[in-house]
Amino acid sequence: MNWETVIGLEIHAQLKTESKIFSASSTAYGAEPNTQANEVDLALPGVLPVLNKTALEYAVRFGLAIDAEIHHFSAFDRKNYFYPDLPKGYQTSQLFHPTVGKGHIDIELENGETKRIGVTRAHLEEDAGKSVHDAYQGMSGIDLNRAGTPLIEIVSEPDLRSPAEAVAYLRKIYAIVRYLDINDGNLQEGSFRCDINVSIRPQGQEAFGTRTEIKNVNSFRFVEKAAEYEIERQIDVLESGGKITQETRLYDSDKNVTRSMRSKEEANDYRYFPCPDLLPIIIDDNYIESIRAQLPELPDQRKMRFVEELGLSTYDADILTSERELANFFEDVVKAADGETKLSANWVITEVLGLLNKEDKSIADSPVTTQQLGSMIKRIKDNTISSKIAKQVFNAMLDSEDNADTIIEREGLKQVTDSGAIEALVDEVIANNPQQVENYRNADESKRPKMLGFFVGQIMKASKGKANPQQVNELLLKKL
Amino acid sequence: MVMLPVLFNAKNAMSIDSNELKQIATLARLGLDEASIPQLTERMNEILAMADQLQDVDVSDIQPMAHPLEFTQRLREDQVNAAIDREKLQTTAQATHEGLYLVPKVID
Amino acid sequence: MSLHQLSLAQLTQGLASKQFSSQELTEHYLARIQRHDDKINSFITVTPELALAQAKAADEQIASGQASALTGIPIAHKDIFCTDGVKTSCGSKMLDNFIAPYESTVTQQCQQAGLVALGKVNMDEFAMGSSNESSFYGPAKNPWNLEHVPGGSSGGSAAAIAAGLAPLATGTDTGGSIRQPAAFCGISGIKPTYGRCSRFGMIAFASSLDQAGPMARSAEDLALLLNAMSGFDEKDSTSLNEPAPDFTAQLNQSLKGLRIGLPKPFFDERLNPTMGDVIAKAKDELEKLGATCVEVDLPHVRLSVQCYYIIAPAEASSNLSRFDGVRYGYRCDNPYDLQDLYFRSRSEGFGDEVKRRILIGTYALSAGFFDAYYVQAQKVRQLIRQDYLAAFEQCDIILGPTTPEPAYKLGEKSGDPVSMYLGDIYTLSANLAGLPAASIPCGFTEGLPVGLQLIAPYKQEAKLLNVAHQYQSVTDWHQQVAPGFEE
Repeated sequence: MNWETVIGLEIHAQLKTESKIFSASSTAYGAEPNTQANEVDLALPGVLPVLNKTALEYAVRFGLAIDAEIHHFSAFDRKNYFYPDLPKGYQTSQLFHPTVGKGHIDIELENGETKRIGVTRAHLEEDAGKSVHDAYQGMSGIDLNRAGTPLIEIVSEPDLRSPAEAVAYLRKIYAIVRYLDINDGNLQEGSFRCDINVSIRPQGQEAFGTRTEIKNVNSFRFVEKAAEYEIERQIDVLESGGKITQETRLYDSDKNVTRSMRSKEEANDYRYFPCPDLLPIIIDDNYIESIRAQLPELPDQRKMRFVEELGLSTYDADILTSERELANFFEDVVKAADGETKLSANWVITEVLGLLNKEDKSIADSPVTTQQLGSMIKRIKDNTISSKIAKQVFNAMLDSEDNADTIIEREGLKQVTDSGAIEALVDEVIANNPQQVENYRNADESKRPKMLGFFVGQIMKASKGKANPQQVNELLLKKL
Repeated sequence: MVMLPVLFNAKNAMSIDSNELKQIATLARLGLDEASIPQLTERMNEILAMADQLQDVDVSDIQPMAHPLEFTQRLREDQVNAAIDREKLQTTAQATHEGLYLVPKVID
Repeated sequence: MSLHQLSLAQLTQGLASKQFSSQELTEHYLARIQRHDDKINSFITVTPELALAQAKAADEQIASGQASALTGIPIAHKDIFCTDGVKTSCGSKMLDNFIAPYESTVTQQCQQAGLVALGKVNMDEFAMGSSNESSFYGPAKNPWNLEHVPGGSSGGSAAAIAAGLAPLATGTDTGGSIRQPAAFCGISGIKPTYGRCSRFGMIAFASSLDQAGPMARSAEDLALLLNAMSGFDEKDSTSLNEPAPDFTAQLNQSLKGLRIGLPKPFFDERLNPTMGDVIAKAKDELEKLGATCVEVDLPHVRLSVQCYYIIAPAEASSNLSRFDGVRYGYRCDNPYDLQDLYFRSRSEGFGDEVKRRILIGTYALSAGFFDAYYVQAQKVRQLIRQDYLAAFEQCDIILGPTTPEPAYKLGEKSGDPVSMYLGDIYTLSANLAGLPAASIPCGFTEGLPVGLQLIAPYKQEAKLLNVAHQYQSVTDWHQQVAPGFEE
């Protein structure tokens, strides 16, 4: 049977605020356990929440970026359940009246088409703390530093039809929160993570199949792998006559499997109700418009500008705008290269990203500065160096802070464009290879270009790569 | 879409039985002494029977009142107040180790 | 007259004129606690060293001429307010070991006003109860008759004042918990408008109903203490975002032209007839002072009990989830796994009434019943508020009994929650609507005090206290002393 996949994502994006959503303790990552949990975060008896202004603003910013309805009335509700990392015994969230309503984003499919993915809602809520396994004598340790960190939970429609689409959607949302500067982008630290809802149904069937939810996946690659595994698992279950159980599963990246979460087995009833410690959030159009006015250029807008104004291919523009820092890097290189866009795009994508991807690093760790790279591209453009020599210059930059001109000067890499010097080399090679010259001259016109390569190679070798290839070609043709 | 599982059937609104009481107690993480269940069920049902009188009120077009105050949520400036004395906050905790609160093993 | 029978104004006067020092006054009360509290069990924790240190500081302030109206006056705090470094039990085994590491806003404001904290007083466990019998520390007793309950949940506060063990006390009122014990013990108490006093550091029972307030012998004393306790607090999102007025300012206004509303549901068949007579006399007294009476209807107020006993337990079931044995409070011995830790810590740490309310609240919020119970109750709550708003078109203040009957015997209702809940019929609606309401003594029946309840429109505590004070200017019910506690 042909199966169709249906995926929906619930993305949890921490908001990059200084203090927590309902208390004045710090949200910084990595502090000593429970040194960033004050009486409010610890849920001591009698404490009360007060909403962080910036958290609300960031949620609205996100809503505007995905063209969503911003609700003038929103409110917090309590989601009640017991878990040691949830100190109040409830999570303060927004069920009935989320701040951000229906919106959408567009993703690029592999076949080049664009697909619109619906966002059901995005609501403000607080993060939980963390359990540390085997902290002492087999017991778990609870660290509540993360408890109360503001989050937006971004819930997609079940519009995604493959793991690849899910990843494209996830990457796009990631790009947006990074462009908006509302999330620190740190996947390893769990600042951006998602739950994947997966189901399958026979091709052509309208009703959804039973879904499973894979909790807390925090890398793009794992989202794809976990979804792929889960689809295969569900197909196996159904094709062998079984039934899918609606359940919560966990992705084990070491074994590349998903497994049922024992702790979530019990049917839960979260008993949502309006939080009586917090009042409704009422926002007016002035507030919304003041935030809209400050929205930065978003990934799609920037991509369009790169294609239309900078003349990049859609493919290159897509890559370069996938992260705000990368796009900024690229634009800085262009500036340093006196406006040369295509060479800049090539060098950033092929060389810089090539190196970084190999080491799983981000553009912030670039081994060359935008000034260095730009200075080099300028010299390619004005024929001071060839692309081949440029590679040498680039490699030299990796270990130094010198710009291209300094390196070219120091290593003597300047391209030879003096026609006299080139002519001398050409003559020398012709003289040293009489047999090849003979062969060339007797050869059929159609085979000559290929044979010419031999002479070019010899000349470039003799010039240590510095001879201008175009001039070499022209002179050779003349003399042969 | 948010789906809420239904544990109890609304047609039994007038009363609960001891099994339902146990389910409720589980949700609330309260252990019940087996011997106390019949009487507790009875007490609960008296209270619920009283509450059921609310059903007779015509509330059409009435907005639920979550709060006596009609004003709106005040916002706090995003500023950190770093004064956290972990040792003091943990003085009445019964089990800690190197600043962590200890609990029996948490299973995912 | 002995020190403990003086009004606040007289005490302030005595301190200012050096007739006695705050340290002497504090020692006087500490000695009385020592002598009498065995009989009424009103204190959970007495803090003599702290009190004397605060009294010493107060004396220095008085000497330096920087005293306020409350400097050096002793006070007892309901054990629901977190007090930094002092045990804060909330009347529960769950918090028997809890030394609060921070200070509630209300107690901090009291401290800043120069009040001297004698200790923490008894209450129903987590403020859930109307008789003080749900306290882990045993019930406080009614000084007017030791076999009777003092009321609840602020029973310790009321009993301590009635017995002359403290001139002032803080209380909290979620469904009548200041007014009902005030009525039972023959003292004065006011539940201000919701939001008037900060809830920060006050252990939550039902957040949308809880409100702190002062308890004392007279309306004048209440006004002075409310001045110290109230005001905007940025730590509480539900705090009234405006400066509190001076609540003593209107005390002496004439009542001429005052329109008093008498709501039908407050004078129904449930009201004990002799109580009804006492209330009627109080009404006559106010008419003599120039007020006129008008009958008003509050049709949905008849459903206050039903409405309250869904909303309050629902909020409580969630508010009390934090007591899980992990970070503070009672933790069971040797839990064998995480669930065992939860189940046993909570089952062993909470008493029966608290558990019952958690169960009701959990049930009311559960998926199948949320709309039928909780949302329905919130709609009825809206109707109750609208009833009051309509009634206040016709009158300036509402008058009625605080309770349908006087203080009952210990144990009389402890096995019958519904009958105990029905005792709250007259007090609950002010909490549901969020209105200010007071109870003042207005007579006796069967040797037990009767409370007169006054309810005012939003934020008009000053009007409420004005009416109460005028009444107390022409009556002396508030000056009666419980037998056995004169000396």
